[in-house]
Parts: sequence; structure tokens; C-alpha cells
Amino acid sequence: MIISVASGKGGTGKTTVSTNLALSIGQGVQLFDCDVEEPNVHLFLHPAIYKKEPVIAPVPKIDLAKCIFCKKCMDICRFGALAVLKKDVLVFENLCHSCGGCFEICPENAVLEKERSLGDIEHGTVNGISFIHGRLSIGQVMVPPIIKKIRSYTDPDLITIIDAPPGTSCPVIAAMNKADFILLVTEPTPFGLHDLKLAVETVKILNIPCGLVINRVGIGNDAVNQYAKNENIPVLMEIPFDKKIAQLYSRGEMIIEKMPEYKDRFLNLFKKIVGLVEKKEDKK
Amino acid sequence: MRELVILSGKGGTGKTSITAAFASLAQNMILCDADVDAADLHLILNPDFKKTMEFKGGHQAVTNKALCTQCGRCIEVCRFGAVRDTFEIDPIDCEGCGVCVDLCPEKAIDFPETVCGKWYISDTRFGPMVHARLGIAQENSGKLVSLIRGEAKKLAAKNNLDLILTDGPPGIGCPVIASIGQATAILIVAEPTVSGIHDMERVGQLSKHFNIPAMICINKYDLNPEQTQKIEDLAQKANITVAGRVSFDQTFTEAMIKAKTIFEYNHDSQASREVRQIWNNILSLPAFNSPVTQILKHL
Repeated sequence: MIISVASGKGGTGKTTVSTNLALSIGQGVQLFDCDVEEPNVHLFLHPAIYKKEPVIAPVPKIDLAKCIFCKKCMDICRFGALAVLKKDVLVFENLCHSCGGCFEICPENAVLEKERSLGDIEHGTVNGISFIHGRLSIGQVMVPPIIKKIRSYTDPDLITIIDAPPGTSCPVIAAMNKADFILLVTEPTPFGLHDLKLAVETVKILNIPCGLVINRVGIGNDAVNQYAKNENIPVLMEIPFDKKIAQLYSRGEMIIEKMPEYKDRFLNLFKKIVGLVEKKEDKK
Repeated sequence: MRELVILSGKGGTGKTSITAAFASLAQNMILCDADVDAADLHLILNPDFKKTMEFKGGHQAVTNKALCTQCGRCIEVCRFGAVRDTFEIDPIDCEGCGVCVDLCPEKAIDFPETVCGKWYISDTRFGPMVHARLGIAQENSGKLVSLIRGEAKKLAAKNNLDLILTDGPPGIGCPVIASIGQATAILIVAEPTVSGIHDMERVGQLSKHFNIPAMICINKYDLNPEQTQKIEDLAQKANITVAGRVSFDQTFTEAMIKAKTIFEYNHDSQASREVRQIWNNILSLPAFNSPVTQILKHL
């Protein structure tokens, strides 16, 4: 079962929820930190890393000895990554989406594939949980291939928890797509509500069941609860605003370790998710 | 013309609340909300929409079943796994590269332009604002960010405004890179938490990579004074100016609920006094007053 923890707005508590949830369940969980621009899970769980691998995407390299400057590669490239001049071909690697069009179309086999590193992923373990995170290299822009690489290690016999990036565009979709359940974490403020609505629209497009965790209950108003009620989105857990929790977080400490009463609350959250996923499967 | 881009790496550190607060203080300024994925600045500034434009950022491959002979060439060439067994193309997986369109021997794949979002020019009580909304699950957020920053620049030039205040997106990827190119300076809003520091360092590296001067403001500094000290030490090492500290103050949320900036809500709160000091610090920084900037100002 794949549970993707997402939010729309950043800083609502995705990492807090995904790490505490994973640690509460323990054995049989794989935790994927798919916020590859700003991965944070490792700062809380300190997994023992045993393997690191680069994430590679091909970019074209032109063999000028074979090139006849026919411009077919430039014409097929929708991203403006190639410029064919009279006696040279310029490649703008940062614009390349690695679609492979130029390799396919070249009549002279003059386009070679060169490897470009987008970032890397690391494998580790902590408390019986298997952990993978990715890290986008500074200055690189291609996020979805790193997320896809992490998710290629999904084990269908385990419970996969994904810590998704904020937002609603391609990186988020890569982290949510084909999940069995999306757990949306929000805060009861106007910004939290506005971005929650965007996240719910995203979930609807993907047609995946979802539920809410409302974090920092007490700092704002109850408009998020009203919205959830009107939209029939189950509120699965509420975490009160508590300066003690904020301070634990600031030091990189886990709620369930310092406030053990929360372990049952996270296990209860997990049971509710399983119930909702099974209900959806029964309907099918 | 100067442009200050507010970033953070980590989401939810207070970028938008602080941008809105600066808008209260700045003179002769235009606002740009570059967080096109999940824009929130309008919730405080309540803009009066003057102009709405469509953002056509890409194309989407669609199989024309009447012409398709099911030869499978599209499945073979698509590197994004977007072509289903039924030879239909999954709009979510489709990257819009058009390789299948060009290589289909039957010309059986259409490639219509897609509307990926909308962008707006509005008036607010603090000055004009250029903002956008990327369509849900759309690509090309970087292109949209570049577009609205370009429009903000044009509008500023036309109206003789000499400052662009840009609320940036979280992260360090495509939309962030698009939001900082050629900016005068970046202000990183950092929070004193282990994750806040980790993410701040990544944005700091990004600003160095693109050679754009960065400053730091520490929000909720009193949540963890030790981590605050660590941020200041790191900043000193990296030669980044700390523009100031802001207290953990509920005023931000209270003001947000009333759709006001913290100055409009309570001009004399602790946070208001601190943000005012930070704004004055930013204006007096060399990055904002280099000879080149000064000359440009008088042109």
C-alpha cells in the first residue's frame, strides 16, 4: 500500500506526519523522501546510509564528423535545447528534457547520448524501516526523474510512505500518482485553506482517496474544518498548536519519542487510512 | 530598477507574510507573486483584477483513433511511459515533447496547444501586482514565473516604479531558478529549526551558483535561540548579511485572518517593529545601493 503525504502549502507538517507515522508502524515500512529539492526526513530519523547512486538523464552530444547539419534534431526538440549552426551544433543541456527525439530522428546517427547527473539518491535503514531519499543537484531543474527513480524501489509487500514536495505541479504529481491514499496535511489558516483547496483539486484529477491531518489546531480559525465537512473529506487527525511540539521539531526530535502518547494516535491514523483504502477497493 | 526576491527553500517559513509586510512599507513599488503553484499573496492584498491572460505553456499529444494502425511506434519512442496499451496517451505522464507526434508513421497523433494557467495584472492598495495561477497538475511553472517577472519589469518601467518585490516559490528547482535570474538580491526567510537551516543552506548555495547576492532574515528566532545562533554563524562564514530577526508572533496569523499586513493589523507589535528595522536594513545594504544600481535609478 502506498500512502503519499502531501499538502499544497509548504511548512504545514508533511515531514512531521510522515516520519512519526512511519516510526509508529515500524517494521514493514519503507519511507521515501520525495521532496528532492529540500529533503528533510533524514534530519529527524538519522538513517544509516548504505548505498548512494546517481540519477542520470541522457543529453545529446553531437558527433560533428558525422553531422550533415540538416537541423532535424533542432526541429524535433520542443525545448530549444539544440541550435544547429552552419558548421557547429550548440547543446543547451539545462533545457533538455531527455525525450530522446534528437537521437531517434538523426538520419546520420550523429547524435550520441551523453550522461548528465541530475542528483543522487541514498538508501538507508532506521528502526526496521527502509529509507530512500533523493537530492537534486544545485542548479539542476529536472525533479520528476529523481522521484521516479526513488519510487522504482517500491516493494508491493511493504507499506510505502511518501513525503511529497509542496505545490501542485509536476514534482507533486510524480510523488502522488498511483498512490493508494493521499494524506493531506494542512493548517487552519487562510493560506493553509487556500492551498489545501488546490491540493484537493489535484487529488481529484488523480482520482485517489484522501483524508486530512490538521496541524497546529488553535492558531487560526475553523474554516478548514468547515471546508472538509462541505467537501466530505474525512479529518483523520488533529494536532494541537503546542510550542513544545514546535520546539521539538526545531531540534530535529520526534514527537512520538518525546511525547509517547502520540504513538497510539499515529497508529490510529494508520488504521483509519487502511480502512478507507479497503472501502475504496470493496467498491471496485 | 531593483528587484528583491523573497525565498526560503523550506515552505511555510513566512515568505508571503513578510513580503506583504514589506509591501506596506515600500515606496514606488510593484509586486510579483512568483509562487505560481500555490500563490497566497492575494489573500492579504485582495487585488482588483484589471487584466486576465491565458498562459499557453505547452502541448499535449492526443491519439487520433481513426488514423491509428496500432503499430506501436509511439510506445517505442516515448521515454516517459505515457502511451497506454490502448495507444491512448496519459495526459499526466505526457511531457509534451512531441516525439511520438513527429515519428508516428500514420500522422495519427495530434498535438494541440494547452492552456497551462492564467496570469493577471491587478491593482492593490500598495501598488500594482502581477500574479498567476498555474493549472492544477500542469508543467512549465518555470516558464510562467519567467513570464510574470518579465511583465512586472515592463509594467514597472512604464509606470516609473523603481522596485519589484517578488514573493518566490519554495524549493530550489525550476520555478525558483526562474524567479532569481537577474534579481538585484535575494532575501532568504529562514526559521531556526534543523530543517529550516538545511533548506536555507541549499538556497544559499543556489544564490552563489547563480551569483546573486543573498541576505537572511530569521523568522521565529526565539523558538530556538541556539539554532538562531547557528544560522548567524553560518551566514557569517558564507559572507551573507543577516538583515535581522523576527519574533515568534501570533500577530502574523491574526493579521492573515483579517486579510491585513501586520502593520495594518497592529503597527506597533513586536513583529512590526522588527520587520520595519529589517526593511530599513535591506534598503541600506550595498547590494541594494551599488554604484550601478544608483546610476540605473537616475536614468
